[in-house]
Amino acid sequence: MAKKPEPRPNVSKDDLLQYYRDMLLIRRFEEKAGQLYGMGLIGGFCHLYIGQEAVVVGLEAAAKEGDKRITSYRDHGHMLACGMDAKGVMAELTGRIGGYSKGKGGSMHMFSKEKHFYGGHGIVGAQVPLGAGLAFADKYLGNDNVTFVYFGDGAANQGQVYETYNMAELWDLPAIFVIENNQYAMGTSVKRSTKSTTLFGRGLAYGIPGEQVDGMDVLAVKAAAEKAVAHCRAGKGPYILEMMTYRYRGHSMSDPAKYRTREEVEKIKSEKDCIEQVRDLLLQGGHASEEDLKSIDKDIKALVNEAAEFSKESPEPPVDELWTDIYA
Amino acid sequence: MATQVLMPALSPTMEEGTLAKWLVKEGDVVKSGQIIAEIETDKATMEFEAVDEGTVGKLLVAEGTAGVKVNTPIAVLVEEGESVSDAAPAPAAATPAPAAKAEAAAPVAAAAAAPAPVKAAQGWPHSDLPEGVATKTMTVREALREAMAEEMRADPTVFLMGEEVGEYQGAYKISQGLLDEFGAKRVVDTPITEMGFAGIATGASWAGLKPIVEFMTFNFAMQAIDHILNSAAKTLYMSGGQMGSPMVFRGPNGAAARVGAQHSQDYAAWYAAIPGLKVCMPYSAADAKGLLKSAIRDPNPVVFLENEILYGRSFEVPAAEDFTIPFGKASILRAGTDVTLVSFGIGCAHALAAAEELAKEGISAEVVNLRTLRPIDYDTVQASVQKTNRCVTVEEGFPVGSIGDHLASTIMQRAFDYLDAPVITCTGKDVPMPYAANLEKLALITVPEIVGAVKSVCYR
Repeated sequence: MAKKPEPRPNVSKDDLLQYYRDMLLIRRFEEKAGQLYGMGLIGGFCHLYIGQEAVVVGLEAAAKEGDKRITSYRDHGHMLACGMDAKGVMAELTGRIGGYSKGKGGSMHMFSKEKHFYGGHGIVGAQVPLGAGLAFADKYLGNDNVTFVYFGDGAANQGQVYETYNMAELWDLPAIFVIENNQYAMGTSVKRSTKSTTLFGRGLAYGIPGEQVDGMDVLAVKAAAEKAVAHCRAGKGPYILEMMTYRYRGHSMSDPAKYRTREEVEKIKSEKDCIEQVRDLLLQGGHASEEDLKSIDKDIKALVNEAAEFSKESPEPPVDELWTDIYA
Repeated sequence: MATQVLMPALSPTMEEGTLAKWLVKEGDVVKSGQIIAEIETDKATMEFEAVDEGTVGKLLVAEGTAGVKVNTPIAVLVEEGESVSDAAPAPAAATPAPAAKAEAAAPVAAAAAAPAPVKAAQGWPHSDLPEGVATKTMTVREALREAMAEEMRADPTVFLMGEEVGEYQGAYKISQGLLDEFGAKRVVDTPITEMGFAGIATGASWAGLKPIVEFMTFNFAMQAIDHILNSAAKTLYMSGGQMGSPMVFRGPNGAAARVGAQHSQDYAAWYAAIPGLKVCMPYSAADAKGLLKSAIRDPNPVVFLENEILYGRSFEVPAAEDFTIPFGKASILRAGTDVTLVSFGIGCAHALAAAEELAKEGISAEVVNLRTLRPIDYDTVQASVQKTNRCVTVEEGFPVGSIGDHLASTIMQRAFDYLDAPVITCTGKDVPMPYAANLEKLALITVPEIVGAVKSVCYR
């Protein structure tokens, strides 16, 4: 069980329940995706988000309509958190016409213009300048929207991240750089890839403020997100949030994760789990009963099962889809 | 002994310039390193320093004179006690030997020494322009600038981004004046960070803007090619048609003159290989203007491959502001009956020069200018080959996996029975570009090689 959480006076019961629901949806969805992968229904690369749910849910809590988000290939959680339909995401994983990209993108390449989700990018670090470009457009068009640019501790060593920091600060772009530091870039720990392990601090060289946040605590994430969003919306330029988080599964489905001990994983799971933390807050604060939470679990399970069913029943794309969407 | 001061070459491709201003007058004593004149090249106004010490005996070229050829004597410096006449007999033409040779040997600059290709290109009847259309003469540089300016006036979401595009007025002066008209919001100077700004522009294209990214040369776009291919070209497909990248990546491509292996590569075949991209490679100013306007309006990412040598060349361009050239439409630069020369970009200049040579020997060559390499106008090529029964392709790029290879294969599949000879692909040589003037000339495609290839397919 998680440690007894600090009381959080400024969070409503409804908010807490919403975070609980959103995080649980991601976890159950990812578990189901893992299962479907094992059954051969999902192919290729499949990177699960289990363990990191508080990051996207906390950040989305600070977003408003028109705000944009872009991330790497570990993207299922981001899509669900911004309101994309679980059926469309799961059907994309199974490569079916009902998927967000009609089955042509796959796990790593999904988009929703409607929900302002700009991918789903398979090249580590590429989403960072792309995200700054989304922010560039908002600034150019005179919107007060911000863009959440997610990348991992691995991408943080790519040169284009720093090219982007430089220009984002130079031009005061409304971009929030969210480093999801889950401590392993595939199998290489942060300590084995850099001596500059305080990743948010690298932004200081470019004049970008930032901070490190407990990414396992959705309320801490939300508080930091609100601060960053306020900074960006006020036209003060970019902000960096380094979310200290952890992925419970391997890098991808084919990663046995031998580079860390079982004890290390279990310790995080038992002491820091983001869903358990909110569950405790709900129960101990008297906001919900065990029965209430069971009922939510049941709803989520049904939703995920429905998505899985849809992803199996939706047909493969018709063969003429091979030749469409190459040119607008 | 009196010294002649010669018109300097102030850029790799400069053939002539304007003597904008003298900063000294006859009788002045000058020291080495002293700025004595301002010279306007096709790219910028440069200060020109004296190399030798002496007294200005005579200014041979008045200020304001345009079209002063490189290595023309422009002034005479005399030593104490000398008169200008002492300098007069100095064999001006002979002294600048090393420079003159270099110029002459450089393939493009063949223009200066052997005017045939350039003259031919400029004076050619423009059969690819509709008859009776009002035209104006402009350089490729002006045509590109005008295309951008017109499209930026018409659509506030179009903006230009790149290194030195704004305050510097463009490394090659393509964007000259745009900052004044459109302001820093729409003419965005970037740090030297190709991968970063190519990514930023691509992201901006997904959120309602139409970026024009200028690369100082496509050689530097190698730093950004991941975003051109993986981010811009593929996203429409990967998103199931939800999100495209309406943008242009443009800049000079291919060899300039004497700039060595890292600055001389032709990327035509590389980009033409990528589904999701459109690829333009204009030859004339009309191509440049009409295609760039189409490129900016196109909802897809367009790679627009310019050529530094062509920037300063003049052509007739339709005067109408709504003039555009559709993609996938080749033009016939010269009609002929015996052989089809297929080319694009600066290759057209070589092909036209070869056609002129061949005409003297009674061989009638048709010159097809592809204009766009994705899509390619196979129909026009095929129709021409079915008429002439012979084909030679001309390009400056490397031979392996060239556009010519692709055309040869396509022609073989579509018009095998019409061919009286194998298709010959004339390309640059399979070597990194050398610096030495004589070697560089050999590394590029030459007119005699094209003439030779044509004779070979004509069995002559």
